[in-house]
Amino acid sequence: MKKSLKDRLAILSDAAKYDASCASSGTVRRSSEKSGGLGSTEGSGICHAYAPDGRCISLLKILLTNFCIYDCAYCINRSSSNVERARFSVEEVIWLTLEFYRRNYIEGLFLSSGIIRSSDHTMEEMVRIARELRTTHNFRGYIHLKSIPEASPHLIEEAGLYADRLSLNIELPTDAGITRYAPEKHPEGIRRSMGALRLKIEEMSEATLQTKRRRRFAPAGQSTQMIVGADGANDATILGTSARLYGSYGLKRVYYSAFSPIPDSSKNLPLIKPPLMREHRLYQADWLYRFYGFDIGEITSARADGMLDLDLDPKLAWALGHRDRFPVDVNRADREMLLRVPGLGTKTVKGILSARRFSRLRLGDLKRIGVSLKKVQPFITAEGWTPHRLVDRPDLRAMFEPKPEQLSLL
Amino acid sequence: MYTVTLEGRGDLCEWRDAARMLLQAGVEPGEVVWQTPDAAGGLFADVPKNLPRPGAQRKAVSVPPDFLKLAGAVVCHSDPRRFSLLYRLLVRLARDRNTLAMAADADVVEARQMAKSVGRDYHKMTAFVRFKESPLPTDTAGRRRFIAWFEPDHFIVERVAPFFQRRFNDMDWLIATPQGSASWDGETLLTSTEPAEKPDLKDKTDDLWRTYYASIFNPARLKVKAMTAEMPKKYWKNLPEAELIPGLIANAERSVLEMAARAASEPLPFHHRLQEAAANAPPVDTAPAGTLEAVRQEARHCTRCTLHCMATQTVFGQGPEQARVMVVGEQPGDQEDLAGKPFVGPAGQVFNDVLREVGMDRRSLYVTNAVKHFKYEARGKRRIHQKPNHGEIQQCRWWLKQELDYVKPKLIIAMGATAFFALTDEKQKLADVRSKPLTMEDGQILFVTVHPSYLLRIPDPELKAKELMRFREDLESVHRLAAGFA
Repeated sequence: MKKSLKDRLAILSDAAKYDASCASSGTVRRSSEKSGGLGSTEGSGICHAYAPDGRCISLLKILLTNFCIYDCAYCINRSSSNVERARFSVEEVIWLTLEFYRRNYIEGLFLSSGIIRSSDHTMEEMVRIARELRTTHNFRGYIHLKSIPEASPHLIEEAGLYADRLSLNIELPTDAGITRYAPEKHPEGIRRSMGALRLKIEEMSEATLQTKRRRRFAPAGQSTQMIVGADGANDATILGTSARLYGSYGLKRVYYSAFSPIPDSSKNLPLIKPPLMREHRLYQADWLYRFYGFDIGEITSARADGMLDLDLDPKLAWALGHRDRFPVDVNRADREMLLRVPGLGTKTVKGILSARRFSRLRLGDLKRIGVSLKKVQPFITAEGWTPHRLVDRPDLRAMFEPKPEQLSLL
Repeated sequence: MYTVTLEGRGDLCEWRDAARMLLQAGVEPGEVVWQTPDAAGGLFADVPKNLPRPGAQRKAVSVPPDFLKLAGAVVCHSDPRRFSLLYRLLVRLARDRNTLAMAADADVVEARQMAKSVGRDYHKMTAFVRFKESPLPTDTAGRRRFIAWFEPDHFIVERVAPFFQRRFNDMDWLIATPQGSASWDGETLLTSTEPAEKPDLKDKTDDLWRTYYASIFNPARLKVKAMTAEMPKKYWKNLPEAELIPGLIANAERSVLEMAARAASEPLPFHHRLQEAAANAPPVDTAPAGTLEAVRQEARHCTRCTLHCMATQTVFGQGPEQARVMVVGEQPGDQEDLAGKPFVGPAGQVFNDVLREVGMDRRSLYVTNAVKHFKYEARGKRRIHQKPNHGEIQQCRWWLKQELDYVKPKLIIAMGATAFFALTDEKQKLADVRSKPLTMEDGQILFVTVHPSYLLRIPDPELKAKELMRFREDLESVHRLAAGFA
């Protein structure tokens, strides 16, 4: 008996939830005000709901099908798994997207798929959905398409014309890991596809000779995901791979997804509680690399095993290892150094730089700007405040460590 | 003392008109009481009549645009102190236009916090409004109609309404709230500050949405606090999916334990069929052994040195296998690494231009590099080229040697010191070997010139032009030499 739409929605969204990406941001502004039709994008994304796992629900994140000819050990949809299988028709995905959008449940569609028959066949169906949403239904909301590795360039090119973002998951940080856990995937093929996509995005963003207009091609760029904790790679390796991907392919985001036990799990993988704190620390480190002027080496050098400290955020860990650089005078230090002070973020640093043009800042001023005093106090001097020998105290680390607590098994 | 009564439902104009009058009359912030009709016992909006007359030189009030933006948000706030705070800031701004830049000033901080709170409310409204379809009577054609009920904290309906107009153009909709309502019929966007009643509506699509919500939740990563931080409980009563939350939380641990307890089962037959088909699939690299194409395919998987870890792909030589002239550069750069072809980046552009000027056809040349993977240092969003070291060049000679063996060029052009070293294993100053034909051990002619990327790096335009000229002369010599082998 054919499963109902509701049953298949349950299966194909359950199958999609291990992809961490949900962003609907970073694209051009569009609206249906003048053009008619349905949908808009406002530059920054909107999270329409939050699940009890703390993750935002911004897009309708589903698979076209969870049948797959690949057998990637970490994946719920691998061919050797006995999960229930289902597929949507192209029309059903379009209908769900539009009806969900009209009720303001979502910002748009994030469509991925298991690989059926061939990469090109799968990609063609996905591109058809995006094309019909845009052209037949005049849909102007957000579309994120997962590009299928090894799909033909002309399909990727067409996908970029309709989608806001394209992504290709590298899943594991090392080539050896990919070869071991995803035997049908080719690391160099993934890299080649990412490289080709970057070239295409750059080519299309050049103004054309005749019309002097830039064409729209995947305006929200490309992104990828790495699974954390499925293979033995340490944080330094993971972050090194991120840096390589950001630098080489101009990725907008690298998502880290703590490996989470999946139903009918492969025997080769640990059935453990997902390392959520590790995932969180990786995101913090990623931020330090992209927005705070830190090198990956600086972030990961604190420990010999190349892992980030789970008890302390990476900036605090770096500061505790470089106490000679502190205290920092908030009334004189430059932006680069202020950004390295634990407890100061890009916004508070901007506030400090603006406010100190008018008066010498005291702790009270910092508090009003929105700084957490408890955290910054040992690392700064301000008008009327010096930490004396606080920054040299041997138990400084203990002051920031989380209180011990009894952990439950799962 | 003056008392100003304002409607206070998010309209900047009424506050601005009153404030302008007070400011021009020289009224100090401490001399005004701002109130709304409910606080004033139902009085209508009113401005005091007994204001001191402004002096003869009635000054125009001008404020920085940033203040108007800020005030536009702050008047939407529900805090009764918003009007006096804004007036205090206005008076201070009239004396010192830089007031808003004082990021640590108490008034500025408070106003910014109110604006932020209004901004958050706006954002949450765009996120958590849920439209329910109100079906048209049967046999009626027309636009579909949707209705939503939302309870914002502040007076933001008029402010948010254009967002919904931009987004939901092809349907009729009405958003009702206790602070007013907004509606769109395809022609006009109407807003009202009249409090509305909660409509009673059902929409069966909500059920599909709940299915999605429950399925996209991963019980192994329960983080309730992270959820409630972004989706506070006060919004739950109007969200169709929220009724599932307590059950999802309560069952999370059990469903994870159940999942863990189930041992992996045996794969279904189709998996074995797929595996068998894959095992019997013909190999992808199909060129017959003993050809240059086979070498090229083999080189794709090269791991002779560590450079392959960082690079996108092997960039092998390109050109006719019978070429009489082979050009050897240093290594692929950023663009070559992405495209998988040699000399397509900025240096390749220089090379192509000069070739064209001297009348050579690039398609007749076999163009390759001494090292086949791009070596770089990742710095933020860029990749900075690094010179390959001797070990890397020596490892990669394995491929260069085979290219030479298959192509058998009569004339080899070494561009730069790396290429020279790769071809001869000799370290020489480039200047000593440049611009003259040298004979190699097996009789081939070697001609050495600079690498075109060197020309790109010369900052002094005069020197650059001179060096470019020399490079062109070199390629002219090459052209003459190549003609000799025709």
